[in-house]
Amino acid sequence: MAMIKKLSVWIAFLLVMLALPQFSDSILSVSIYNQMAIAIIFALSYNMLLGQGGMLSFGHAVYFGLGGFLAVHTLIMMEFETVYFSIIWIPLVGGLFGLLAAIFIGSFSTHKAGTVFAMISLGIGELIAASSLIFVGFFGGEAGVSGDRTFGPPLFGVEFFQDVEIYYVAAVWVFIATVFMYLFTQTPAGRMANAVRDNPERAEFIGYSARRVRFISFCASGLFAGIAGGLFALNYEFITEENLNAATSGRVLLMAYIGGLGYFIGPILGAVILTLMNSLLSNYSDLWMLYLGIMFLLTVLFLPRGFAGFIMMHQVAWLKGSLKNLALPYLITCIPAILFLVGAIGMLEMSHSEDAIFHFLGMELDTSSTITWLAAIIFTLGSLFATSKSLPQLRDAWEEANTIPEVVKEDES
Amino acid sequence: MKKHNYSFKFSSLLFIGLISFNSSLQAQEPVRIAFMDPLSGAFASIGTSGLKQIQFAADYFYNSKGGILGGRPIEIVALDNKQSPTETQIQFRRAVSEGLQIIFQGNSSAVANTLNTTISRHNRRNPGQEVLQINYSAVDPILTEDNCSFWHFRFDAHAVMKLNVLTDYIAENQDIKSMYIIGQDYSFGQVVSDNTIRLLNEKRPDIEIVGNEFHPIGQVKDFTPYVTKIVSSGADAVITGNFGADMVSLARSIIDSGLDVPIYTFYAAYDGITATIGADGVDRLRLVHNETANPIPTERRKEYIRAFKAANPNNDVTQPRIANALQMLVAAMEETQSTDPYDIALALEDMRFTSLSGDEIWMRGDDHQAFQSLHISVHTDEGIEFDADNSGFGLFSEYHVAAEDTVVESSCQMRRPRR
Amino acid sequence: MLEVFIFATLNGLVTGLLLFMLASGLTLIFSMMGVLNFAHASFYMLGAYFAYSISLQFGFWLGLIFAPLIVGCLGAAVERYGLRRVHESGHVAELVFTFGLAFLIEEAIQFFWGPDTKNYQSPDILDFPLFTLFGQEFSAYRGFMIGVSVLIFIGLFRVLTRSRIGIIIQAAITHPNTVANLGHNVPLIFMGVFGVGTALAGLAGVIAGPVLTTFPGMAIVLGSIVFVIVVIGGLGSLAGAFIASLLIGLLQSYAIASDVGMPDLLNFLGVSFERDHPLNDLWTMTLPQIAPILPFLLLVLVLIFRPTGLMGNREE
Repeated sequence: MAMIKKLSVWIAFLLVMLALPQFSDSILSVSIYNQMAIAIIFALSYNMLLGQGGMLSFGHAVYFGLGGFLAVHTLIMMEFETVYFSIIWIPLVGGLFGLLAAIFIGSFSTHKAGTVFAMISLGIGELIAASSLIFVGFFGGEAGVSGDRTFGPPLFGVEFFQDVEIYYVAAVWVFIATVFMYLFTQTPAGRMANAVRDNPERAEFIGYSARRVRFISFCASGLFAGIAGGLFALNYEFITEENLNAATSGRVLLMAYIGGLGYFIGPILGAVILTLMNSLLSNYSDLWMLYLGIMFLLTVLFLPRGFAGFIMMHQVAWLKGSLKNLALPYLITCIPAILFLVGAIGMLEMSHSEDAIFHFLGMELDTSSTITWLAAIIFTLGSLFATSKSLPQLRDAWEEANTIPEVVKEDES
Repeated sequence: MKKHNYSFKFSSLLFIGLISFNSSLQAQEPVRIAFMDPLSGAFASIGTSGLKQIQFAADYFYNSKGGILGGRPIEIVALDNKQSPTETQIQFRRAVSEGLQIIFQGNSSAVANTLNTTISRHNRRNPGQEVLQINYSAVDPILTEDNCSFWHFRFDAHAVMKLNVLTDYIAENQDIKSMYIIGQDYSFGQVVSDNTIRLLNEKRPDIEIVGNEFHPIGQVKDFTPYVTKIVSSGADAVITGNFGADMVSLARSIIDSGLDVPIYTFYAAYDGITATIGADGVDRLRLVHNETANPIPTERRKEYIRAFKAANPNNDVTQPRIANALQMLVAAMEETQSTDPYDIALALEDMRFTSLSGDEIWMRGDDHQAFQSLHISVHTDEGIEFDADNSGFGLFSEYHVAAEDTVVESSCQMRRPRR
Repeated sequence: MLEVFIFATLNGLVTGLLLFMLASGLTLIFSMMGVLNFAHASFYMLGAYFAYSISLQFGFWLGLIFAPLIVGCLGAAVERYGLRRVHESGHVAELVFTFGLAFLIEEAIQFFWGPDTKNYQSPDILDFPLFTLFGQEFSAYRGFMIGVSVLIFIGLFRVLTRSRIGIIIQAAITHPNTVANLGHNVPLIFMGVFGVGTALAGLAGVIAGPVLTTFPGMAIVLGSIVFVIVVIGGLGSLAGAFIASLLIGLLQSYAIASDVGMPDLLNFLGVSFERDHPLNDLWTMTLPQIAPILPFLLLVLVLIFRPTGLMGNREE
């Protein structure tokens, strides 16, 4: 029964991904799907390190980027007919190169976890990012390298002219990679990674080399990051230095953390949320990076287990069947909270706008008038006050919904 | 256009804070032109300044006078590429998705190269939905040479053309016996270095190149160690292709060390640079550019600059070529009565156009490179009618080269699409 | 050649001492709270921007005094209302929090001050050459920078080794529970140390702003280097941070000043390669070209061969 339940989740996952283009297949939507697909594999591979292995890395983009660079070089080789195979295997090429890089770097960086590992990853990341600008032959300098994906043999008549054709390839790869990464967590190696994360000494006592366990996780993580890099290369047909530098490493950390480190589904959520924010929000506001920063800090402060953790918090209430009792209290808190957000965002945008008349949610606001500002401030503070007033009732409702009369059950992490 | 409406409604429901860059004319379907440059992040000031210039030019020349092609307004659609090649690809897909077929882009040759390749591939794979790239500022010569494309037009002089003028000017200065080259370690810095050595060797073989230094782009905290090398090399002049913060830091360090030599540059003005260098840089910094600075030759251009300053008090007309490019583009549309990129491209080839300064611009058909007179200006506060950054300091043009003398050969072998 | 060497040494000293001002705060914070503060260089940037704004109204000297104070208060507030809360979720959460804070501060600075380079000038009173050597000036302002940094180093060292509060801090580093049992308010000490550490970073920003240009990218340029110093010097060791700062400052300065590179090595070995050799980029590499990445190379080597750093005695 549990088996069927699990299997149905996976089948639903595959079906949703394959059905997405039916929902909307504009070039823009497909572009966003592709970004999500790449981000999901990349974030999941990062979670293998940090979430499951307890290794905080500031240079994970290195394996993503190196895999991508080799993938693009393979595309170029195809153009010059040095090699000839279907481009659906390109992500695997990237993955193998990512694995190779991870084996080499992991051989000396996984001795220790914690700060030492974090600092080595930072140093290696900076070194490789800087070298990529010096070794122009392989990395192509700041313009990067570019290869055409249409020179491989067609697959069932598909020549991969359009991004949507790449999307189906990506969806299958996401499915395969996710399945394998999930299976990895169920293998002894994956279980030991958790043990070493939580208590390396005890793990050593029962005969496992903590270093070896970390090394295996590290290599697997490099492999999947490389696959993500290969997909990136297929989708954009180019790759540059920025895809292996610290900014990309930082973004994947953000994705995994916002999504929720302790949960397998967390990084998937994080990848989807951040991709959506990046590609949609930036079209509407110059300040989107500021909002992203604020959201990130608020997540760390108030949702230490990320969005997935927030959803899982409701497990008890759900099992108890009292989730519906929470709906109204949530609504009561949400309305003033959303109004507060609208007010705060409006004020930020107003002070940023240089025009005298500022268009906001269909209103025309005069940015130079004191009355507008006063109204905005009163509105914002008022809704903040209302939000804080509504919190006690939410807390009470929460406690009631989560109190189990007899046996108190711990939720697993 | 129709299919993606759903996702757009969805996204606008989700995300508030809509900013529209729309004009007031709604009578007829607007001609939509994309402007793709960094509008957020570290390079945003240059991108937003460019956006203001193109919006102002569209309003000033056309929208306030009844539009183009019989009453259609121009709508500028801002796309933020954050000066990142990856983001450029994402924004390009958005442009295509929204049916935008003309893209203005200028900042960073790396981005221009990416866009050029992407557009070539897209146009080959999607006949009938072609996109045109209007490059108003990326100066890597390769864009109109080995990588030239039918769908790319450049309205700025490329790096070698500019260096040709700069080295002519340097060659006339008999006081200069030695030259120090310093630049960012990337393709443009490399082009500047290689061609300075080659051209100076031809024009003034007696000038000794006493240094040829590359530093990593955007990573140098303090330029003083580099300046120490410049001083000890005994150089009479410095040439650099640096831009942004690297340019300011370098100039400041040279000035602080008391080294009194001329500095020849490409990008040492506007967007905070002129104000930061201020009085220390007077008569030391020179840069090469198109469209003469002070004194402005024609009343028409003076009016234009005044009108721009009235509308945007904190910005300057830093890149007059944006307006030139837009005017030439519209001229091509009017000539063909079409907004189809293929027709426009054919009409732009070998177009001759007189700019507000009375300067003739020729768009060469063989490689899609524009030619117009080039100028060398000095950073000063004397004779400045239109200053930069409201600082009282600005550029005074002291050396002019006519358009026909800037023409250089091109290795371009253009592949022309057939229709 | 001699003048290059002398000036390279002076430049290295200026950079090294400036880096020490940042690294000292960072290493103190780390040794007490176990937090590697990723936003440390952002406080340095905030210092420069606050001082710029103050200097527009009241001149440089008031900025020198008040900007670090404001930054210190901000830092203390971050510790009190941010880090302390995140502390419950573990070290990774703290690191990630400071990482996000660095991101947010950079965006906030662009929001309030704009993305342009700011015209933050050194005071006129220090606008003269301190001495001229071989035709090259050494500005008085740089001398002033060296003076301030040395004073800070001496002051910090005396406070930590001679004063009562210093002894409590040192005790809190190694035995926080014992110190708390003795009746000291350990959370208050943490907040104070964080405030002082960030104020030091702010001070570094105030005096570096006019020379290294004040722009939104100034934190990124310095941020990771400071980490490198703290790790190389040995986490938690003030003396180690001092040595590592000078080491990195001088190393970079000498590397830039040098004129050697792979071509010289190959000539020496009598080997030569064609220009189209696949590794041509490697054979033409010069030392000045790779100077900025030398600290990271050093970091990786130190961590592999001596994970405790030069002067450190503990790993976590």
